[in-house]
Amino acid sequence: MCLGVPGQIVSISDHKSHLAVVDISGVKREVNVSCVMDEGEPVMELIGVWVLVHVGFAMSRLDEEEARRTLELLSDLGEFQEGLS
Amino acid sequence: MKEIITLAHGAGGKAMESLIQHVFVPAFHGVEHAVLEDQARISLRLLAEHGDRLAFTTDSYVVDPLFFPGGDIGMLAVNGTINDLAVGGAMPLYMSCAMVLEEGLPIETLQRVVDSMAEAAKAAQVNIVTGDTKVVPRGQCDKLYINTTGIGVIDSGVQISSQRARSGDVIIVNGSIGDHGAAIVSARADLKLEASIRSDTQSLSELVQIMLRACPDIHCMRDATRGGVAAVLNELADASQCTMYVNEKSIPISSDVRGVCEILGFDPLYLANEGKLIAVVPEPVAELVLGAMRQHPSGAGSAIIGQVVDQQGSAVVMETQFGAKRVINRLVGEQFPRIC
Amino acid sequence: MKYIDEFRDPGQARVLVQCIAKLADQIASLRSAPLQIMEFCGGHTHTIFRYGIEQVLPKSIELVHGPGCPVCVLPREAVDRCVALAERPGVIMTTFGDAMRVPGSRKNLLQAKAEGADVRMVYSPLDALSIARNTPDKEVVFFALGFETTMPSTALTLQQAHDERLQNFSMLCNHVTTPPVLTEILQDNQLQLDGFIAPGHVAMIIGEQPFQFVACDYGKPLVISGFEPVDVLQAMLMLLTQIHQGRSQVENQYLRIVRQSGNTSAQMALCDVFDIGEKVTIRDRYARFDAMVRFAGHCHSEALPVSISEPSYCAEVLKGRIRPLQCPLFGKHCSPGDPQSALMVSSEGACAAYYQYGKAEAMA
Repeated sequence: MCLGVPGQIVSISDHKSHLAVVDISGVKREVNVSCVMDEGEPVMELIGVWVLVHVGFAMSRLDEEEARRTLELLSDLGEFQEGLS
Repeated sequence: MKEIITLAHGAGGKAMESLIQHVFVPAFHGVEHAVLEDQARISLRLLAEHGDRLAFTTDSYVVDPLFFPGGDIGMLAVNGTINDLAVGGAMPLYMSCAMVLEEGLPIETLQRVVDSMAEAAKAAQVNIVTGDTKVVPRGQCDKLYINTTGIGVIDSGVQISSQRARSGDVIIVNGSIGDHGAAIVSARADLKLEASIRSDTQSLSELVQIMLRACPDIHCMRDATRGGVAAVLNELADASQCTMYVNEKSIPISSDVRGVCEILGFDPLYLANEGKLIAVVPEPVAELVLGAMRQHPSGAGSAIIGQVVDQQGSAVVMETQFGAKRVINRLVGEQFPRIC
Repeated sequence: MKYIDEFRDPGQARVLVQCIAKLADQIASLRSAPLQIMEFCGGHTHTIFRYGIEQVLPKSIELVHGPGCPVCVLPREAVDRCVALAERPGVIMTTFGDAMRVPGSRKNLLQAKAEGADVRMVYSPLDALSIARNTPDKEVVFFALGFETTMPSTALTLQQAHDERLQNFSMLCNHVTTPPVLTEILQDNQLQLDGFIAPGHVAMIIGEQPFQFVACDYGKPLVISGFEPVDVLQAMLMLLTQIHQGRSQVENQYLRIVRQSGNTSAQMALCDVFDIGEKVTIRDRYARFDAMVRFAGHCHSEALPVSISEPSYCAEVLKGRIRPLQCPLFGKHCSPGDPQSALMVSSEGACAAYYQYGKAEAMA
């Protein structure tokens, strides 16, 4: 149950059914975005958002800021290690 | 009303005669133009001018959908058989084309496929010289099946064999892997993927001739079709009883093929190709062969992907990006999309 | 590929491995036996094998492969029920590709398909719904499996079927939840685990709270991890840091995807559709979409009693008590072409992973 791929929402295909098109490395797929919609927020707001796609559903928003922080932490670790050796 | 194939078209009478003369003959000119005997006749003397061994191969094509991004069943049928000859070092010369048609197939579809075959054959300078047509009742085959059988001639001195891989030899591929498999998968309506991946179906005949000019003593060559690059590497390792080391970082793969693989959980090493070959060449000439390949459109993306390391028994081992090693087995059965 | 390649960077991995090795050394000097870390989830098992992570970790860390593979925990009876339904005329059985080769008592779904059953692979339960809409004269059944990661997709699909008043759609529910399986591992006296790498995509749905009992009640550290190799290595480092500092907490490495409270709208869908206890069943209000109810009496299993039917070695491997290579059937009487159970055919199964990737360890 772990095959989840990050992709970016590029368009909304069906507002009522909560369907959007996600781009994953140039491949597009229609996915259901019910799980990543904020309360009261129009579906259009999702365009440009990065999400994790699993079995045709966007299951979670990808927090780009957190991703950046994680990579920065890892990079700092690298520099620290280099400093030691 | 749309014209369709009926059982009469396979019955040997006027309808079949008309089909052959209007659909097949104009497309496939042949050694003897439009004079149709029961067999094609080819001069032995002419053949002998090309070399000292006849190469002879056959393949059947049942792909669905018939038309997909980058090609169709006709192109596959011609290029596939040409490539089977070419990777033996043969100059492909003549082909047959036998078709099994489903009752109800639009004649327009058949014409598209036949024209595509003619175009592919012309591009590879191969003549389709004989053929056969059968029609089966609706439901007894899936639209259209093609069998192509091809002959070519191998020049004396060319000794390509799957048993000739030797320790130190270099392994080369002529471009990105998995394109055809990924194109077919993304063309399947039920998976609902939208991708601009095109099949890599192409004739490798010219490329192989260029490679042989650069190195007449190429040891092994196979085209990587079903089962992917992994299948070919295993076949060669088995036949030559050697261990092949492959470097994951150096295997070319396009980003949208990667995308399809990530979404469906496929390993690109096992995806089908229709215009890719694996060559095993002696180490001293590897760069020369690579350079020659890269000059040709069919080899522009060529890369060295590994090396034969010993003769201690059959294995294909890949060094991952992490420097760890994993064994590349043959697949059991086909790859299915997975969620885990 | 963005947000994938960065987390597969070998340079980054090397740095993490160096840090892990240093810490592992320090911990090892105070212990007599290697650390036993369980990666619970089959997806992590797959990553570990695919990237050869075990090969680059120090010998003082032993990875114990857990049972978190929803295909591997599918009992034979579940496959039998599925096959029985698939073989009924007028039924279209839809399933994820993963389930096609899992052995049943008589046959698997792939064999049933070859023998004429209408079995179709789908990428999403929504595709099964689509088939139902397009073939109103057929009964479409979806073989629902997976842990909490996949349950929301099933729930939302069922809700849609309900809203559309579809008359020809139902599901065979074989979902499993993580906490009971984790509990069974923790209560197993034969296992002496020092920590857990926990499934990031399950946590994406259920949040951190359901994992707290591992740290609070059993005193074991647990780190929620993403699925790329750098994620797993970073999670390993966080785990070792806890062990070194004598802490037992739930930590989250997969911050870019997992929120502390999980996905609340997914959780609401789960509550609406499923009754979640030791088992997962479909609630009464959705009974007409429950294939067990709809086809009551027709989804029989020809499974033999458990003691004969389920080879016991599989259960031992699943729980991490023995390694695949220690199973006497491995490679001889059990292989991907001729499997004893799902462990050898699932892409997340420990045995399949060893068979596919593990030979290299012997050669390295």
